[in-house]
Amino acid sequence: MTIPLSQQPGPYFGEFGGRWVPEAQVAALDELEAAYRKAIADPSFHEELRTLLRDYVGRPSPLTEAPKFAMACGGEAGNRVFLKREDLNHTGSHKINNVLGQALLAKRMGKTRLIAETGAGQHGVATATAAALLDLDCVIYMGEKDTQRQALNVSRMRLLGATVVPVTIGLRTLKDAINEALREWVAELAQTHYLIGTVTGPHPFPEMVRGFHNVIGEEAREQILARTGRLPDALVACVGGGSNALGLFNAFLDDEDVAIHGFEGGGHGIESGLHSARFSGGVPGVIHGARSYLLQDEDGQTLPSHSISAGLDYPSVGPEHSWLHDIGRATYRPITDTEAMAAFQVLSRAEGIIPALESSHALAGAMKVGTEMAAAGKRDQVIIVNLSGRGDKDVATAAKYFGLLDEGVKLGPEGGELQ
Amino acid sequence: MTSQTAAKLERLAAEGRPALIGYLPVGFPSVEGSIEAAKTMVDAGVDIVELGVPYSDPVMDGPVIQRATEVALKGGTRVRDAFTVIEAIGAHAPQVPVLLMSYYNPVLRYGVDAFARDLAAAGGAGLITPDLIPDEGGPWIEAAKTHDLDRVFLVAPSSTPDRLALTAAAARGFVYAASHMGVTGARDEIDLAARTLVDNTRAAGADHVCLGLGITTADHAAAVGAYADGVIVGSAFVNALSVDADWASRLDALQAVAGHLADGVARARRKVL
Repeated sequence: MTIPLSQQPGPYFGEFGGRWVPEAQVAALDELEAAYRKAIADPSFHEELRTLLRDYVGRPSPLTEAPKFAMACGGEAGNRVFLKREDLNHTGSHKINNVLGQALLAKRMGKTRLIAETGAGQHGVATATAAALLDLDCVIYMGEKDTQRQALNVSRMRLLGATVVPVTIGLRTLKDAINEALREWVAELAQTHYLIGTVTGPHPFPEMVRGFHNVIGEEAREQILARTGRLPDALVACVGGGSNALGLFNAFLDDEDVAIHGFEGGGHGIESGLHSARFSGGVPGVIHGARSYLLQDEDGQTLPSHSISAGLDYPSVGPEHSWLHDIGRATYRPITDTEAMAAFQVLSRAEGIIPALESSHALAGAMKVGTEMAAAGKRDQVIIVNLSGRGDKDVATAAKYFGLLDEGVKLGPEGGELQ
Repeated sequence: MTSQTAAKLERLAAEGRPALIGYLPVGFPSVEGSIEAAKTMVDAGVDIVELGVPYSDPVMDGPVIQRATEVALKGGTRVRDAFTVIEAIGAHAPQVPVLLMSYYNPVLRYGVDAFARDLAAAGGAGLITPDLIPDEGGPWIEAAKTHDLDRVFLVAPSSTPDRLALTAAAARGFVYAASHMGVTGARDEIDLAARTLVDNTRAAGADHVCLGLGITTADHAAAVGAYADGVIVGSAFVNALSVDADWASRLDALQAVAGHLADGVARARRKVL
């Protein structure tokens, strides 16, 4: 019997995923997997999580139709665009879904301490939030460069009671923060849960994180059926690690007529070498415990990535995306910084919604997909875009980019988070 | 089809002592420098050399080795330079087995079989794989068999009896027992759990078990060498080479550290009369 795509278990997604880890981590991963399987078979765990998602996070998140934005997405052919509003969640993005799931699981495992990596700080803030709520100690690893670029989010985490540790090795960015969190986890296993922020890492993380974000697509499916009476023609999301994307995609993977589009950080363009487009510029390799597409040189050394959006600025991608790419179930294309910033502006002005820079890549993708469908002669297409986060954190970047600041005025730090 | 490493461990055991296994990163501070350092270490009493392939994301390494491999990478060290260093050590000291230590992605990128082929051709004894567990090791184990190379997998204090047996069965040369849960780097004491791990790994079927992580002093080496087949030291050597002094003084410091540790392993199994 074939396993439905939406229920693909780890450790392997085709030739991707697995456990490329030091032996010392294996016992912890086995313990985590057993605890996860037990929890998801326990109705009281679901009840606890559902209650938090409703009363604390504010779920279900709305599905907002964006008719004026749709005009930039082949609207002349009758296309309709719906935004899944993860930006309205507590802490400002989809991140909190996974964080609360894993934090509750950590409590069940008797852990007293959460550690996490963060790039720009959204996952770190979400983790610090859950730790405060659930009375857990919290240590966040953050590349030294990011702590400087994201001073405001460092303060947010500290306000919430977390310790922020600047990582001063390697490129001093997100990938190095993950390395340091992995090292620390092994050294302090008994009390500590490593709360990975996206659908990567060794098994069971990719499967588990997908599971905690599955609520995005489940809600969207119900909402779009109620609103339009049918399934969408296309799903669009941005892909850094890929958790918001899988969260939306998973509930539709087995609906063959729903086209699935992921958009990566194209930075200054593939030919510039300054990008985060793993599917255009990478080859399969292993990093951070998983086999997946990876930006690497001919010696297998990890290459620096670039994107205007910190959340897409990561050299690898969740292994399930690599599999969906290779089997052709989803397509992945780059969106340049310039295209993303244009979409950022279009949505802000057309709908009064300021999106995160990460989500702006999805919006630019929707403009592309909608226009292509119209050009192919299709009419009345329904597109769902995952609006994974809000743009408050990106105001400084945008203000600088668009030259909106009066002379002499200084704004806070810039950046986003791995989506 | 015999293991150079196992043969060396057995010869030393017959002499009544464990092996001193010394780690150095390839390309630190330069490829030529790492050759000189390896020769110095061997001349001062290191029995088996472990050469580290510098990698951008070394999750098993502490700060000392991280900094050294970062220097090696910034200096333009390539994976293939490891083979040059192996050949140079082999020409200098043919009786000393040289193992590479590499994170897995550089091996994967090079091509697993091509890597094994070139490692064997350079005279290397085998490969230590810190982030490859036997569960994922099929292609490497195949290639190592084809090219008659040692496969050194790690075990940790957290390894269950089943995993110890799995690892012992997959390994050739020796099993690398990690003395504690954590990364490379100096420790004040070696955990009591280390001895239990070595004993349990033998009981799970391993012919030879060497212990590493945190071993810094001659006293550590003597204590660990009483029960392990080999004592693996890394950061203490790299530290000696990392001090702010001219190259000749750093090599002298390295020689002194190797000499002390060699004294340690020499007295590891001596009966106190």
